[in-house]
Amino acid sequence: MSTVAETSMTLTPEHDTRPSASVRSRLQDALPKIVLAPSFAATVVFVYGFILWTIYLSFTNSKTFPSYAITGPRAYQRLWRWTFESDPPSSWYTSITNMGIFGFLYIFICLALGLFLAILLDQKIRGEGVLRPIYLYPMALSFIVTGVAWKWFLDPGLGLEQTLHQWGWTSFHFDWIKNKDFVIYTVVIAGVWQASGFIMAMFLAGLRGIDGEIMKAAQIDGATTFQLYRRIVIPLLRPVFLSAFIVLAHLAIKSYDLVVALTSGGPGGSAWLPSNFMYEYTFKRNEMAVGSASAVIMLMTITAIIVPYLYSELREKPR
Amino acid sequence: MSAVTTPARQDTGGTSAKTLNRIVIYGMLALFALFYLMPLFVMLVTSFKTMDEIQNGNMLALPRAPTFEPWLKAWGETCVGLTCAGIKGYFWNSIKMVVPAVLISTLLGALNGYVLTKWRFRGHTLVFGLMLFACFIPFQSVLLPMATILGSLGRFGVTLQNATGLTFGLGNPTVNLVFVHVVYGLGFTTLFFRNYYEAFPTELIKAAQVDGASFFQIFRRIMLPNSMPIFVVTVIYQFTNIWNDFLFASAYAGTGDSMPMTVALNNVVNTSTGVVEYNVNMAAAMIAALPTLLVYVLAGRYFVRGLMAGAVKG
Repeated sequence: MSTVAETSMTLTPEHDTRPSASVRSRLQDALPKIVLAPSFAATVVFVYGFILWTIYLSFTNSKTFPSYAITGPRAYQRLWRWTFESDPPSSWYTSITNMGIFGFLYIFICLALGLFLAILLDQKIRGEGVLRPIYLYPMALSFIVTGVAWKWFLDPGLGLEQTLHQWGWTSFHFDWIKNKDFVIYTVVIAGVWQASGFIMAMFLAGLRGIDGEIMKAAQIDGATTFQLYRRIVIPLLRPVFLSAFIVLAHLAIKSYDLVVALTSGGPGGSAWLPSNFMYEYTFKRNEMAVGSASAVIMLMTITAIIVPYLYSELREKPR
Repeated sequence: MSAVTTPARQDTGGTSAKTLNRIVIYGMLALFALFYLMPLFVMLVTSFKTMDEIQNGNMLALPRAPTFEPWLKAWGETCVGLTCAGIKGYFWNSIKMVVPAVLISTLLGALNGYVLTKWRFRGHTLVFGLMLFACFIPFQSVLLPMATILGSLGRFGVTLQNATGLTFGLGNPTVNLVFVHVVYGLGFTTLFFRNYYEAFPTELIKAAQVDGASFFQIFRRIMLPNSMPIFVVTVIYQFTNIWNDFLFASAYAGTGDSMPMTVALNNVVNTSTGVVEYNVNMAAAMIAALPTLLVYVLAGRYFVRGLMAGAVKG
């Protein structure tokens, strides 16, 4: 670009053409930024601006409609009080307890199952090309479809329980989906069903990336298959564990649709996660400030997990 | 003799242990395949059964007399809330929302990725970092302000209509959803293209620049013809995400005729009036799942690549 500007300056001494040429070249120079600007501006306004707006609302006493007079951290104080209100449990207590149960089991089972299946599939399996897509396809479905399918499958009157009764196991009893103490575990089952295949694919890609020479060397040294995986392969998969953990943690905190479709919130809201709490309080219970405060808490949680990760990822490769 | 037979015997012992090992591995793999296939199988067979067969038969049994009736009913007659015209209208709503949203967000992502790799400026990492973090925020933290803005834009649209006779799409829920999905999809599309263009030889761009090619010429003549794989990955990723979205859809188009498919499906299933027609519900769920399943079957490799690219950052 600058070459064009220089030649035009030296070759055309006329005063009229010089400014227009330099305006044009300056425009050319700025073009990349102009192209990027709308997207960046949209991100700044609709992501970061809106986050600030939500934070602001959480310090007001907005109910059905937003009110813009700051009234202090009352919403947070209420959430704090509800955090310890376990008998009878407040909706917030239920939501965060469920988040703990769901988050832990969902992440742990997906990682374990994903790794297990990936190791099995990595044993030079005939028909891997058929099995892999079968494990993975649930990830293409929406949480709503997943919820509908599992709601039917777990329904005590029509699904699994009924089927086993017909096969003669009449004492079989499985009504978790209707039981307020167990309904969250059905969300875990459906969630694991949906995401574990994808985690398997991540681990499989990681396993395929491991240098075969290392494995061979260990085998020559007399390592059993179990030792080989425990001592060598799994430690080498650490980056995959990290990525998979980030993906799962982030999916877990954002889970909303699955609870709605599978349980409709569970008996008395017993299957709520914080995302459901936020939606209900903001749009249905006319407690906008409390809803906003809960959204801010969700955001903080994700930020605490994601920002260090992104920071290290963006920094690792200096250019 | 013995020296020859011993290793042979050991060998046979080894193979039988190995065979057992293989049987266990294949058994486990098959068992898990069943676990993953079961819900889809049940959904599919139920959608072809009559209500009579569902109530008296076994969930896992194949339909005795397969009937398309539930599918037709789900498509054209079933009740969504108070309107009983099937889910076909909502299916088209989703299409009308998905196609523009995917195209716009993908094209913008390609341009952003091009700028962020080949036309770098001071602070490009910060800009990218900010856009990348936007992918991860829980959308609950922007849900309410966006609802407020879309609400006032809608009111402005009514004013415009009174004055000029046209709303320019303001207040139209489908247009709103396209806008929302473009804005909150930009982070991912930019990420995909940035990582892809990162590996693209910069020398080619430099050479074209020396030859006097402009910013857009380089993009059109050099970058685009070499971007087919990443376009496929991004389009599939965006298509799946936007088609499957429920949170935005229920917040900004949760009622009335403009509901997207996911919201309509949830309403069909949770409609509590009259007899619950499980076969129709399952057919509706299958219809809602078909587009993304089809994409998965046709282009599974690209689908997985998109998920991976979304998972492994930087």
